[in-house]
Amino acid sequence: MAESKSQRGKTFVLLALMVTFGSSGDVLLSQGMKRLGEIHSWAPERAITFFSRAFGSGTIWLAIALLILFLVSYMLVLSWADFSYVSPASAIGYVMVALMGYFFLGEHVPTTRWIGVCLICAGVIVVGGTHPSTTQNQ
Amino acid sequence: MTTRTALFIAIIVVSGQLGDLSLSRAMKTIGEVHHFNPLNLLRVIGRAFRIKWTWIGIALMAVAFFSLLALLSWANVSLVVPATAASYLVGALGAQFLLGERVNKERWVGVLIVCIGVALVCV
Repeated sequence: MAESKSQRGKTFVLLALMVTFGSSGDVLLSQGMKRLGEIHSWAPERAITFFSRAFGSGTIWLAIALLILFLVSYMLVLSWADFSYVSPASAIGYVMVALMGYFFLGEHVPTTRWIGVCLICAGVIVVGGTHPSTTQNQ
Repeated sequence: MTTRTALFIAIIVVSGQLGDLSLSRAMKTIGEVHHFNPLNLLRVIGRAFRIKWTWIGIALMAVAFFSLLALLSWANVSLVVPATAASYLVGALGAQFLLGERVNKERWVGVLIVCIGVALVCV
């Protein structure tokens, strides 16, 4: 019982880390790439210049670091939790991005998106009520 | 929706989920991580990259990623992204039949609600 409780606790912590690293990494990557501007030509020298500018950007390196941390948290949580638990539970990331857009960037969020946000929360609560691990480690 | 678009959506959903399922299988082979000190985490990640399922997973995710890039060159993102919300259902099916997870009724209901929610958020 204590084992199961501690497993649930560390699953929640890692899911929270996954969602935080994943959504902030995506937002920073998008911001960094937009700052570089659209790539108009895929001629080799143009592409090389574009990517060397991308890899010279601190924002993009920070985004890459966050996305690596996301991958590490994802792999760790999958070492004990079911994929059918982790995958729907991580959809809470969509809710975080919508809330960040609304509260921090002042974006307009249409009604259908709010309904989607509520449904995701409800679905995650239902999935979160099940036991994170239903298989024995092989 | 053209047959080609439907085919590419199916490829993205199925290969993306098979990729995640392969990664999950690799991590289950390693077993539950109990110690979270940096040295042990590096050891665990190092072990994961020596398991063939990790590489199969990465290859399948790459197929999904490049199919998405190709599909977005002709189809609208407002159709493509909500359609890929079906991934949650396909992933749960794969987890039950390929990984032997016991997906009970409660979890199925949750997965279905999440699918609809994600599709609405992405419309």
